[in-house]
Amino acid sequence: MRFYEFEAKQLLEKHRMPLVESRLVQTAEQAAKAASDIDGPVILKAQAIAPGLAAASVREASDAEGARTAAAALLGVDDGGRKPKGILVEARPAGEAVYSLSFTYDGTSKRPVVAAADMAGKIDDLGDSHPDRIVRRHFSALYPFSDYIAKELARSLDLGGNDLKRMTRIVAGLARLFLKYDLADLDITSLVKLGDGKFVVLDVEADLEIEARNRQRPMLDELGFAKEDLRQVREPTAFELEGAKIDEEDIRGIISPIAEFDGNIGLVIGAGGGSLTLTDAVRKHGGRPANYAAIGGNPSVDKARRLTKLVLSKPGVEKIAVMSNVVSNTRADLVARGVIKGITELGFEPADKILIFRVPGAWEADAAKILEKYGIEYCDRTVSISEAARRAVEKVG
Amino acid sequence: MAMFIRVDIDGSVVEKSPGLAAKLVEACPVKIFKPGSAPNSVEVVEANVDECTLCDLCMQASPKGVRVVKLYE
Amino acid sequence: MAVIVHEDFQFIVQGITGREALNFTRECLQYGSKIIGGVTPGKGGREVYGVPVYDTVREITAKQRVDGTVITVPLAFAPDAAYEAIDAGIKEVIIITEGIPRKDASAVVEYAELHGARVIGPNCLGIIVPDVCRFGSLGGPAVDCRKAFKPGVVGVMSRSGGMTTEICNALTLSGLGVSTAISIGGDPVIGSTYADLIPLFEADEDTKAVVVYSEPGGTAEAELARWTQEHKSRLPIVAFVAGRFMDEMPGMSFGHAGTVVNKKVDSPADKMRRMREAGISVAEEIGDIPDLVRERIGN
Repeated sequence: MRFYEFEAKQLLEKHRMPLVESRLVQTAEQAAKAASDIDGPVILKAQAIAPGLAAASVREASDAEGARTAAAALLGVDDGGRKPKGILVEARPAGEAVYSLSFTYDGTSKRPVVAAADMAGKIDDLGDSHPDRIVRRHFSALYPFSDYIAKELARSLDLGGNDLKRMTRIVAGLARLFLKYDLADLDITSLVKLGDGKFVVLDVEADLEIEARNRQRPMLDELGFAKEDLRQVREPTAFELEGAKIDEEDIRGIISPIAEFDGNIGLVIGAGGGSLTLTDAVRKHGGRPANYAAIGGNPSVDKARRLTKLVLSKPGVEKIAVMSNVVSNTRADLVARGVIKGITELGFEPADKILIFRVPGAWEADAAKILEKYGIEYCDRTVSISEAARRAVEKVG
Repeated sequence: MAMFIRVDIDGSVVEKSPGLAAKLVEACPVKIFKPGSAPNSVEVVEANVDECTLCDLCMQASPKGVRVVKLYE
Repeated sequence: MAVIVHEDFQFIVQGITGREALNFTRECLQYGSKIIGGVTPGKGGREVYGVPVYDTVREITAKQRVDGTVITVPLAFAPDAAYEAIDAGIKEVIIITEGIPRKDASAVVEYAELHGARVIGPNCLGIIVPDVCRFGSLGGPAVDCRKAFKPGVVGVMSRSGGMTTEICNALTLSGLGVSTAISIGGDPVIGSTYADLIPLFEADEDTKAVVVYSEPGGTAEAELARWTQEHKSRLPIVAFVAGRFMDEMPGMSFGHAGTVVNKKVDSPADKMRRMREAGISVAEEIGDIPDLVRERIGN
């Protein structure tokens, strides 16, 4: 879950990381005032989280009037259907050197890792263009962070004297903050060394581990980060919110993530990987999915029932395709019970609404009997995922 | 209300087996049984019956007192 | 021969009295696996399908050899359960529990490494060597499991538990069969990656080829491609990459927690390119996998 930059900076400030002077404003008028208070060249950043907005959401201004004009334009940035959460007006530092830092988890070593470069930018991108400028150090999520790791990193950037000490303090502080707050990624894309030798953090991107959002609630509350705000790259739709609610209200199995698309084939599909494969397959055969869902972990009958009703009630959806990979722990019979129950409760005949039922695997014999009773054809495991998707697309027309 | 499963309980069997009622309540992973108003008795929670996973633990606890019937067979 | 498990492999189930654990414990027993105990705090002294339940892991390891454990406890208790198993000397740890934050997963994996234990998962279903041992919840009830997993020559590693069975089913239907299948887990930090496990397949004489299922997100495929290039592997590898539609939806997460396209290396297109460059065959559909395997092993 992406933090707005002003939120990330609040966390950094709380942990006494050196920052450029900045103000969060909501109007062009306030931006002009902030710029004249700062009294010097400023950078204005629309507070947005959708990907690909980096260039569109930043402007520079040399005075209050310039800041007013820039802010007026930035307030119109489209952040995945949302308005920007204000504008960060920041003093533009006159630096003599610039660095970047990146904290993340390395799936290969399974450890947290910090990377640094002696240039601005996102380490990920720099990895392609300037691999020789990047240095790395792994650390531990099991043991407390020790300062020497930061010192070694600073040293491998060829820093010495006060620069080494200052960089060590910043890297160590950020590493501890990264671990403490369950961040998944923390990128300081520009860390500026000022004329007086001090370092200041200019640009920050931070992502919270979504699975840690409950235990990080106190920190999120402090930032005013609402509980239902999942920071999707675009604003969640009512359909998606309802799906998430169904998932949360019953811990037995999962049906999420649920996403809304603009097609006409309702998808009651699983599991994690099966849903990806099935969505690809439906599209490959020219079908237009109305949604994405991922049934897994053996959902209860009730959860499958509620998902079915949600998908089938979506405007433009006439019929649903119930498909999955060969299931292991999710049970074909429980899915069949839930789907049929949901359709029946909406007042329809199950056979009229199911394009295909391809959920082979655990308890398939019982599932087949249930479907037979309601006049629905049961596709067994010899019907491939691709073939099932093709039949569903063909039937919907 | 349940469309797929029916659970039959022979109350007289449950009543005569001390501890069986409590065992049924505890054994069911989807909470189909709840303690009845009379001592040594259980009631079926109708809303949970279709959640039955056919784990057989209730029938193992009391082969004579409980029967789970699949309505689709 | 087999990978990780064997005929006499004895394991326990932590969280054995939960809804899911009950299911797969019975399934494993029906399949012939040796489950010698289960653990649920507060429920010691009971029995589940003939398997004795204890309050602690050490009560079992004190008396018997325990080769592995399957952890399916609720999220908040999962790291603790793993530490308990590792401290009790168990060397093969499967973590089925989903939703463990990567910081905790990373800590557990580091702890395991320090103690010479291996973690498979989190967010996985475990391991099967067809007709030899089932260690975890892959495949469903024994009768359905046997349909999808027949002994054969192809090793399978998959980031999706469900797709492990799907692919093995396709290999079984085609007559190639499966040597060992491992569901490695769908989280951003998992205990054993493709590159960690492929040397085990390399050493397994039953395995003639390896199939991997992959998804958007993470560096595991790049790592596998690098491993393949650096080691002169005897094993042909066939890969399938799901979630191609996600290339059009940067930043959105689908499927598993680790499935998101933020960075270039995350994208299916990039993964396919790297693997192809390393000589790995990339299948367009699951149904194409058996033919590609046959082509590569000259059968």
